[in-house]
Amino acid sequence: MNLREYSVFDIMGPIMVGPSSSHTAGAARLGKIARQIAGDDIKDVQFMLYDSFASTYKGHGTDKALVAGILGLDPDDDRLPRSFELAKEQNISVSFMKSDKDAQHPNTVRIIIKNTSGDVTDVLGSSIGGGNVVLKEINGMNVEFTGEYETLITEHIDKPGIIAMVTKVLAEYKINIAFMRVYRQLKGDNAIMVIESDQVIPEDVSISIERINGIEKAIVINSIKNTY
Amino acid sequence: MYQFNSGFELLELTRKYNMPISEVVINYEHEMTGNDREIIINKMKANLDVMRKAIEKGLKDDIKSVGGFIGGDAKRLYDKIINNFTISGETVSKAVASAIAVSEVNASMGKIVAAPTAGSSGVIPGALITIARKFGKSDDELIRSLFTSSGIGIIIAKNSTLSGAEGGCQAEVGSASAMAAAALVELMGGSPDESLNAASFAIMNLLGLVCDPVAGLVEVPCVTRNAIGTANALICADLALSGMKSIIPFDDVISAMDSVGKMMPCALKETAEGGLANTTTGIKFKMNFSED
Repeated sequence: MNLREYSVFDIMGPIMVGPSSSHTAGAARLGKIARQIAGDDIKDVQFMLYDSFASTYKGHGTDKALVAGILGLDPDDDRLPRSFELAKEQNISVSFMKSDKDAQHPNTVRIIIKNTSGDVTDVLGSSIGGGNVVLKEINGMNVEFTGEYETLITEHIDKPGIIAMVTKVLAEYKINIAFMRVYRQLKGDNAIMVIESDQVIPEDVSISIERINGIEKAIVINSIKNTY
Repeated sequence: MYQFNSGFELLELTRKYNMPISEVVINYEHEMTGNDREIIINKMKANLDVMRKAIEKGLKDDIKSVGGFIGGDAKRLYDKIINNFTISGETVSKAVASAIAVSEVNASMGKIVAAPTAGSSGVIPGALITIARKFGKSDDELIRSLFTSSGIGIIIAKNSTLSGAEGGCQAEVGSASAMAAAALVELMGGSPDESLNAASFAIMNLLGLVCDPVAGLVEVPCVTRNAIGTANALICADLALSGMKSIIPFDDVISAMDSVGKMMPCALKETAEGGLANTTTGIKFKMNFSED
C-alpha cells in the first residue's frame, strides 16, 4: 500500500484537454513551469523530445500541449489545440527536435527558451503519469521538484548566510516551508535553492528576496494543482 | 474520522456512521482538505458538466481523432439506437454510445474528465449519466454517485495502480468499470456491500487486460475497451443488485489485479511493443507515425 493521501479530485479529474494525461496534460504543465522559470518575455522555444515523447508526440498533441504551456495555458484550456496559431500571433517561434539519447524517464523534454534580450533558459522535465510532472534540470543544474506545491526558486552564489536571509524573508511573510533543497555545481559557484510551500507565495516575496546580496534571481512558480 | 485504506475499512465506516459510501467519501474529502461541503460538491458538479458536454459533443459532431484511427462511431451507434436497431438494447447501447462519445472527444483533443484516466474517461460518464437519465435520478444523486466512484478509485490507487503503464488496461478500464459499477448500485438504492460486490465483479471480468495501444495512441483499442468497461459496469451492478455475492472480497480482487499487473511484461503496459500494437498491421501504423 502506498502512503499517499489522495483527494477525490486526484481520482475524478483533472478536467483536461485529451487525449493523454501523461502526454498532453503533463506536457502542458511542463511548458507552463518552464515559462514561469524563463519569464514572460519569450521569443523562441526549442523542444528536444526524448523516448516516448519523441515517438508519439504528434498523435498525442504533445507538441500543441507544450506550446500551450509556454503560452501560460492550463491543461484544461480550450485553446490548447490552437496553441501554434496563438504562438504565431504572439511572435513566439517554436521548433521540435527528437533526441535518440536515453532519458531516465520515457516522457521527457528539454525546453530551451530564448527571451527578447537573448537570455537562454534551459529546463529538463518529465511527465510521470496522471498529469504529474517532475522538473529535473534548470540551466544545467540538477534539481527535483514537482510543481504540486507553490515553489520558490532562487539562483544565488554559494556562500554562507544566503539561505538564512531567504528563510528570514519567508518568515516575515509568515510562509511555512514544506520542503527545501539546495543544489550547486561547485563550492562557491552558482547554486539553486528550491523551496516548496503549501501557501501561496506573493510576488512581494520574490522581489524582497532578489534584493538580498548574492541572489541573482528569485522566481515563484504557482502550484499546478489548483484543486480548489 | 473518515480515513479508509481498503474496501473493508470503507464498509466499516458506512456501518459505523450509518451512511452510504458517497457520504463517507464526501466527509473524507472534507476532513482531508478542510474545504466546505458545498465547495466539494460544486467541484464535482463541474466534473459532471464537463462529462455531459463531452457526451453531447461526441453524439452530435463528426469527430476525427488526432491519429485518425477513430471518430464518428458514437454518432453512428446512436443513430442505430434511435432507429431501434441494436442487439444489446436501448439501455446498454446508449451507455456504450455515450462512453464512446467521451473517448472520441478525448482522442480529438476535446475536454474531458480523467476518470480515473483520460484513456478510460468514457466509462463512468457513459454508465452513470445514461442510467441516471433512464431512471429519472436527480443531479444531486448523480453527483453523489461520482463520489461513490471516487471512493472505489481511492482504494485502488492506494493498494494498486490506476495507470496503464504500471498495471495494464485492467488498471485503467478495469478500475473505471469497478468505480462505475459500485456507483450504479448506490444510485439504484443498493447497499454498500452490494456496491463492493459489483466493483469486484467488474475487475474480475477484466482481470489481465493488457494495454497495447496501436502506434502508442489513445485510440485503438481504447475506445472499444471503454465500451466494454461500460457494459460490464451495467451488468455487474445488476448482478450485485439481484443479490449475487463475490466470494473473493473486493480487497483480494484488488490485490489480484495488482499482482497480475506486476507479472505483466512491459511490452503489454502502454509501451506499444506488444499485443495489437505489435501485429503486422500495428507495426505498419507505428512506422507511419514515426516518419515525419
